Amino acid sequence: MNYIINAEKLNYRKLNLKIRNLLAGPNNNAVCGSNGTNPSITIRNVLGQRYIGDGLEHKNSIKIYGTPGNNLGAFMDGPVIEVYGSGQDGVGNTMNSGRIIIHGDAGDILGYSMRGGEIYIKGDIGYRGGINMKSYSGKVPVIVVGGSAGDFLGEYMAGGIIIVLGLKGKKVLDIPFVGGKRLVGNYVGTGMHGGKIYIREEPGQCKTGKEVRKMKIDGEDRKILYKYINNYSNLFDVKDEKISNGKNSADNFFKLIPYTHRPYGKLYAY
Amino acid sequence: MALKLAQSEFEIERDSQKCISCQVCVRQCSNDVHEYDSDEDIIYSDNDKCVGCHRCENLCPTGAIKIKEKEAEFKKNYNWTSSHLRNIYKQADSGGIILTGMGCDKPYPVYWDHILFNAAQVTNPSIDPLREPMEIKTFIGRKPDKLNMEISKDKNGNTKIKLKTKIPPQLELSTPIMFSAMSYGSISFNACMSLAAAASKFGTFYNTGEGGLHEDLYGFVNNTIVQVASGRFGVDKNYLNKAAAVEIKIGQGAKPGIGGHLPGEKVTRDVSRTRMIPKGTDALSPAPHHDIYSIEDLSQLIYALKEATDYKKPVGVKISAVHNVAPIASGIVRAGADFITIDGFRGGTGAAPLVIRDNVGIPIELALASVDRRLREEGIRHKVSIIVAGSIRSSSDVIKAIALGADAAYIGTAALVAMGCHLCQKCYTGKCNWGIATQDPYLTKRLNPEIGTRRLLNLLHSWSLEKKEMLGGAGINAIESLKGSREHLRGIDLSEKELAILGIKHAGEAW
Repeated sequence: MNYIINAEKLNYRKLNLKIRNLLAGPNNNAVCGSNGTNPSITIRNVLGQRYIGDGLEHKNSIKIYGTPGNNLGAFMDGPVIEVYGSGQDGVGNTMNSGRIIIHGDAGDILGYSMRGGEIYIKGDIGYRGGINMKSYSGKVPVIVVGGSAGDFLGEYMAGGIIIVLGLKGKKVLDIPFVGGKRLVGNYVGTGMHGGKIYIREEPGQCKTGKEVRKMKIDGEDRKILYKYINNYSNLFDVKDEKISNGKNSADNFFKLIPYTHRPYGKLYAY
Repeated sequence: MALKLAQSEFEIERDSQKCISCQVCVRQCSNDVHEYDSDEDIIYSDNDKCVGCHRCENLCPTGAIKIKEKEAEFKKNYNWTSSHLRNIYKQADSGGIILTGMGCDKPYPVYWDHILFNAAQVTNPSIDPLREPMEIKTFIGRKPDKLNMEISKDKNGNTKIKLKTKIPPQLELSTPIMFSAMSYGSISFNACMSLAAAASKFGTFYNTGEGGLHEDLYGFVNNTIVQVASGRFGVDKNYLNKAAAVEIKIGQGAKPGIGGHLPGEKVTRDVSRTRMIPKGTDALSPAPHHDIYSIEDLSQLIYALKEATDYKKPVGVKISAVHNVAPIASGIVRAGADFITIDGFRGGTGAAPLVIRDNVGIPIELALASVDRRLREEGIRHKVSIIVAGSIRSSSDVIKAIALGADAAYIGTAALVAMGCHLCQKCYTGKCNWGIATQDPYLTKRLNPEIGTRRLLNLLHSWSLEKKEMLGGAGINAIESLKGSREHLRGIDLSEKELAILGIKHAGEAW
């Protein structure tokens, strides 16, 4: 079952109520339970409506045409949101599970405190992507950025995976905070105490916070990269030789991991 | 440099006539102050390790132990006090930030103690709460701008009045006291359990802090306020759904402007499950919410939470009392908060840098008075409930707060004291001998949650009785009638400026 909503001139509250009524109502539970095929929603003419997918818990698919507003998929726990357009700030804020796919760019604080699920951005993201991300009890949140990322990527990160592919999308070099040819902004991984960040550029280029170290990738990392690069290529139908070259697709990445999972243990006098 | 410059603050006196070497003190002290020498059958005590929690003194069966504050052996100096010297020695030793626990203990003015409450004489009768109904129930949440009624007549010609206005979600409190945010991790599970059970039995609320919601406390969810803070620990859809209300934590009175670091040692298996972070890692709450840099951003988080909870629960914002608290509070109301919690600078904490706790923020009395006045002036006071926190020590503090404009008060320290806390201010060490601010199973079992619950219920009961007495004495029969009624307050020993900020007359000034 696929519902179509025209979001034109629809206030966010009305739009989200419509979505909730379609998906979170008792009928949806019945559909979910009976034949396993969950209803999906296509929303057209989205123009800045906030909180789409906020707190939704079922494994529905939501397709968005246009530009959704801030906090897309906040507190979300299950659905798959695909945006044919760009996202704004706070995509996947404190998300628990599910998937957000954005066929464009996204703004600041992408995946803030995300605990699980996956976010794929075809293009670039703004400042403070993946901050406070954490991983717990089998849940590993993943952010894959096709282009570049702004300052403070992975700040205070406590778990999960961030991958920056650095593909030469048309916007990569235009973004002001990247500064020259760097893929990510300053202070990458400041305060990081868990998780991994993979970046496809020369390690010397990357300006990190003092809590992280740059490492070469190993076999385990290659497996991770291969899996998510593959997902990225398939989701966005990208045939870029830099990443689609099978086993070698993980070449040219380096990894950032924290020195310790207790960065501030010696800060205090007892 | 092998210098031992920091002197102990306490002196342990052991009456050898009374001591029977039963070693209760040895077993009770988590700081290893007492040591039993079996050869000599004598217990030695090390003053340097004593934190002054009085556990051994309380439990000594023969009353042989006395913990005394030690006269400083430093040369007397009103400027360079012994606490300054001790801190400098400690910092020179370690190079670290000095931590402390509980609320500020410096002798700043306590305005509650400079405010006197009124009583009725002759011109209006006082009310005896033992014989007459006395209403101390209150509601936390946004109130509508006006009430629309539908008046109609039924078949028999009787007038029927129906409320047409949709009332925003409210918390119903049987008494205007709630237990303030204390996380599982900063305090023990038994302490959380006691707070939750007491709140539930009494018809009020407790607050999880940023510690997540333990599944064994799901039975009390109707009396649970959950917190969303910058680390978002334990926050998921289930957490938000279960709670009766959601509180966004921006600041805490004891440490305005800074975040929190729960050290990895306290992140036990169970704490890690509740916070949803790996065992043994530091739980770091950054100072700001990085999705909130403005009132507009705050509004977005408020509405993200309202959307996630389908507009069925009040969403509030907790801030610490700082210099510009009144305009900030005005912004918070306009951002859509249903309640504002203001935490004064004497508010407690499990761990805070001493320098912040003792020097940052303003007293809750002044903050409350100025916020209440500002919101009234702007005509938006009804849109929000004000909860005050930050050292509410007695029922009279609650009464005075309500007369100054609060809807309800949060108590944290008072609740811990009811459960046995002796304010030694060492919560951050995790060695609480009273079994409250610790995760050590040997220590946590010292607090029996059933006894904890009973003691908290007793506290709520006695404060409620006292409030009724005070209200009745002033000729008021409902706490709602007292709210913001500053005419019932008079200041004593206060300057013109202080009286003006508090919006009260000086004692001796009549109508």
